[in-house]
Amino acid sequence: MTPLLQVDAVSKFYGARVGCADVSFDLYAGEVMGIVGESGSGKSTLLNCLAGHTPPDTGAVRFDTRADGLRDTVTMSEPERRMLGRTDWAFVHQHARDGLRMNVSAGGNVGERLMAVNARHYGDIRGKAIDWLDRVEIAEDRIDDRPTAFSGGMQQRLQIARNLVTGPRLVFMDEPTGGLDVSVQARLLDLLRGLVREMNLSAIIVTHDLAVVRLLADRLMVMKDGHVVETGLTDQVLDDPQHGYTQLLVSSVLQV
Amino acid sequence: MISVENVSKSFVLHNQGAAQIPVMEDASLTVAAGECVALIGASGAGKSTLMRMIYGNYLTASGRIMVGDLDVASATPREVIALRKHTLGYVSQFLRVVPRVATLDVVAEPLLHTGTDRADAHAQAKVLLTRLNIPQRLWSLSPTTFSGGEQQRVNIARGFAFPYPALLLDEPTASLDPTNRETVLAMITEAKARGAAIVGIFHDQAARDAICERSVDVTAFTPQVAA
Repeated sequence: MTPLLQVDAVSKFYGARVGCADVSFDLYAGEVMGIVGESGSGKSTLLNCLAGHTPPDTGAVRFDTRADGLRDTVTMSEPERRMLGRTDWAFVHQHARDGLRMNVSAGGNVGERLMAVNARHYGDIRGKAIDWLDRVEIAEDRIDDRPTAFSGGMQQRLQIARNLVTGPRLVFMDEPTGGLDVSVQARLLDLLRGLVREMNLSAIIVTHDLAVVRLLADRLMVMKDGHVVETGLTDQVLDDPQHGYTQLLVSSVLQV
Repeated sequence: MISVENVSKSFVLHNQGAAQIPVMEDASLTVAAGECVALIGASGAGKSTLMRMIYGNYLTASGRIMVGDLDVASATPREVIALRKHTLGYVSQFLRVVPRVATLDVVAEPLLHTGTDRADAHAQAKVLLTRLNIPQRLWSLSPTTFSGGEQQRVNIARGFAFPYPALLLDEPTASLDPTNRETVLAMITEAKARGAAIVGIFHDQAARDAICERSVDVTAFTPQVAA
């Protein structure tokens, strides 16, 4: 079986500083991988390198494209990479306003991604937008409202709808539940879990919330100072951490 | 079905002076299909540790743990995930679920995961919940607000939803009233009858005598601390 994403020795330096160093892993279809670590550990740098937002200094990120099988997304042409970005890939930003057009209606936000892959029939686009707003639990009568009139949780759900409407195979998520209150967070987690199973999605989730990865991720990668210090099955890494830093991380979580 | 061979394990606490705590040495155990083996020993002897090692929740330092054809001790995360999906079930002492998910969906999840269609999975989940005396009016609610005994029964229903060929049971009858305890014991007996290999921890001596073929004392695997 070919992995969906094959990350091979990816490194990124900011001058003499290490962003992330020598990261390798394979991700298969339907798998969810969590990346945890404190602020500044290189999680977001790594995610941006994988998603094609920042070119890594060394290494390869191979994606199993529908047409040609495994292709290195680092060396492919910009138009090809952008095409992937609006078809098979999706990126959910921590702040919904980074991933949405704030002065376009909710329906327009979802429809834009469809039009980018050549949907032209207004009725179909609107119908699909309504369907997706419903799936992320946004009422149909809000379709013509702008995201500025939405709460933070609703904006985040709208961002997810906008990203998933084109049926991507790989979703990158940067702190998808950060900054949301816990009741909204639980609802979003439940939603994401359902979508991952229904659509056989693969996902890479960057977060510092260990409870989130326990619920969503099959596998876990722990980063510190740009290096991967531990990887494994999520519950194994959390319940039987081997590296000193992971032990510190797990034992520092406050019990509710 | 399950075969543990010369397994050892120690915990290293890096943040507490790198203390090394050996917890298991030379543990061996085999369980055939249709057999139930009880782990016994005082609290802290390593019953749950051994069970978690078989489930792949704890790493194993040396030795082999064969479940079916897979050596859990050296398997990749992907292999362990596949094993847990189709072969190895685990009923833990505590229920751990996503908040807000209905009890019916919690119980049906292992079936949905393995490709059973929604209606069918829900029908089977309803049968299990009825059998374990969870009132129908609770099915659409999240089990996080249930009483301890109810949560334990939801956990058991979930663990028995898919017919795993191997099962690990950590105190399945603790905090249950006599009627429900009988039901759970009957379910374990049925699982054995269909050929499941079971490893269990039961503090309840009568339950152990009723359903287990053998007992293994894990105290024999506890490393002797040099005085």
